[in-house]
Amino acid sequence: MDLSRETLIKLYTTMATIRNFEERGIPETGQRAMSGSVHSSAGQEAVPTGVCAHLSDEDYIGSTHRGHGHCIAKGVDPKRMMAELFGRSTGTNKGKGGSMHIADMSKGMLGTNGVVGASIPLAVGAGLTSKLKDLKRVAVAFFGDGAANQGVLHESMNLASVWKLPVIFCCENNGYAQATPVEYALSTANVSDRAAGYDMPGITVDGMDVFAVYDAAGQAVERARNGEGPTLLECRTYRFYGHTVFDNPLTYRTKEEEDHWRARDPLKLFRENVLPLGDITLEELDQIDQEAADLMEEAIKLADAGPLPETDKIYEDVYVSYPTELLKRGTNMEV
Amino acid sequence: MSTTATRELQYRQAIGEAIRQEMARDENVIIMGEEIAGGAGREDQGLSDAWGGAFRTTVGLIGEFGNQRVLDTPLSEAAFIGAAIGAASTGMRTIAELMFVDFIGVCMDQLLNNAAKMRYMFGGQATVPFTLLTRIGAGFGSAAQHSESYYSIFSHIPGLKGVVPSDPYTAKGLLTAAIRDDDPVVYFEHKGLYGNTGPVPEEPYELPLGKARTVREGTDITLVGISKMTWVCTAAAEELAKSGINAEVIDLLSISPIDYDHVIDSVRRTHRLVVVDEDTPICSLASEICAAVAQEAFDYLDAPPSRVTAPHTPVPYSRVLENLYIPNEARVIKTVQDLFARG
Repeated sequence: MDLSRETLIKLYTTMATIRNFEERGIPETGQRAMSGSVHSSAGQEAVPTGVCAHLSDEDYIGSTHRGHGHCIAKGVDPKRMMAELFGRSTGTNKGKGGSMHIADMSKGMLGTNGVVGASIPLAVGAGLTSKLKDLKRVAVAFFGDGAANQGVLHESMNLASVWKLPVIFCCENNGYAQATPVEYALSTANVSDRAAGYDMPGITVDGMDVFAVYDAAGQAVERARNGEGPTLLECRTYRFYGHTVFDNPLTYRTKEEEDHWRARDPLKLFRENVLPLGDITLEELDQIDQEAADLMEEAIKLADAGPLPETDKIYEDVYVSYPTELLKRGTNMEV
Repeated sequence: MSTTATRELQYRQAIGEAIRQEMARDENVIIMGEEIAGGAGREDQGLSDAWGGAFRTTVGLIGEFGNQRVLDTPLSEAAFIGAAIGAASTGMRTIAELMFVDFIGVCMDQLLNNAAKMRYMFGGQATVPFTLLTRIGAGFGSAAQHSESYYSIFSHIPGLKGVVPSDPYTAKGLLTAAIRDDDPVVYFEHKGLYGNTGPVPEEPYELPLGKARTVREGTDITLVGISKMTWVCTAAAEELAKSGINAEVIDLLSISPIDYDHVIDSVRRTHRLVVVDEDTPICSLASEICAAVAQEAFDYLDAPPSRVTAPHTPVPYSRVLENLYIPNEARVIKTVQDLFARG
């Protein structure tokens, strides 16, 4: 492993921040009577962390309903994300989007997305912008194994391939589309096998190992930046919790299977791989964990202190320009 | 416009001119779609611009702007319309073409859940300067999957705008405005208008989105036409004038925003309303306008606000049935006469 100490610390910090956001923030969201349509990515931290480590704020990502990790790895402020989950006007989206629509265009984060596969062509379009303006930016389309069976993915891979766009199709294969196991729903052994149909490299890596993801993503990003076209990168991973907070995953998977994957927790694997090398100490990693935990307490406190949206904001930002009067005409709304 | 030279152009030429002038004006404007040029990838064999658009509205663009700004696409509407939305939100100003509005089913998600909602969901962060060109209109024996006039669906979706130009002048002015607009706009070309000619200024000009126009002044009843139906209304109005009924005709031009005030102001003077809509009747634009007039101008009405629309059926193939399907002058005249017969 020839990564700098700085890179190692950055990777671990990102993973620890995601883990703490999911495990502290999601229950707090539920307690504030906000939506249960919040999807934890705990267990999958290595994927966005390893991929986004190669990206700058100028690069683009499209994300999924399980997208908190993508946001954090792309540099979105977790404090503003927490405020968004709590429905506050101080949130990333002014409380208009919630967990499934967190976006930060200033960070190239084109939105988590509530429709499976829907953000994929947006990333292709961002790649098109980069190519036409010669910006040398890349776009990553994150999606799950469920979206691997959406037609829009296949159309998008074909389009990105024939136009040679700087796009990385990154599949987080966590084994389940809601309660449906991937081996039931997928016609091929690997999602990456499907790359052959679109004349692009298809790679499957261990998505619990941040270094495996980092290496493979590095090659895909380099290929894209060099104008050599798209790559399909499949990362085998696992979500530690259910589809949403309401879901008991033991109705469709075994305790033994969960234990197997828990033993391969990406943060734990990082420690096992890195500590023996001696560059970073146990105390330093524990300190990072503590700082991530502290950050969440601060984020929760700040989010709670943030104001709820003013009622007249219901009409704001539907359009750049449109007669506001027409947004409520005939409704007898009092606001 | 009076200082600008005008000349006669076809509706299809006015569309092409608006695109060409906006592409020349702003290098961020790109257009993509199926057969926008045609013969893609065979430029080295001299086979570029094979079609110039399925209805020759985009002919010549690839020669002028090249194949990086005039992009023929695979038959993948979800991907390329989604990509046009993604490119628009990251710095381009994009135009995509959906060859027939009937094909909306394969790509609606990108319009409905991304283009229309990104700005709102993201708290105002996203701007999507995107124009979708598509086609409506029955009357060509193309049957139910190439003939519908599904604009009402788009009026229904917050976050989208839509326009229905009815002649070459409005075709150019509304398309110029649509391309320059920072919101997603759906632009409905009527297949039955492509060959119509009319005066069009040479210079670029914008007609405001959301504004209807009065094309015939009258005192006794307001007829509202949508797209080609405007000319069904004017023809009916000329006929009605012979029996002493002086109809006002409004060309709606915009399906979102809807210019309710223009219609209501007219009805307050004429006291009667018929909306003529080539789309099907249930939850239609015709229904919406009648409902608004009933709610907001009830005390001015001397007769129920009425609709003349297509039936609640797919567009039939056989000419005898298709002719029955499309609203025509006779149905408009009969409807108006019935309203007056009520006393």
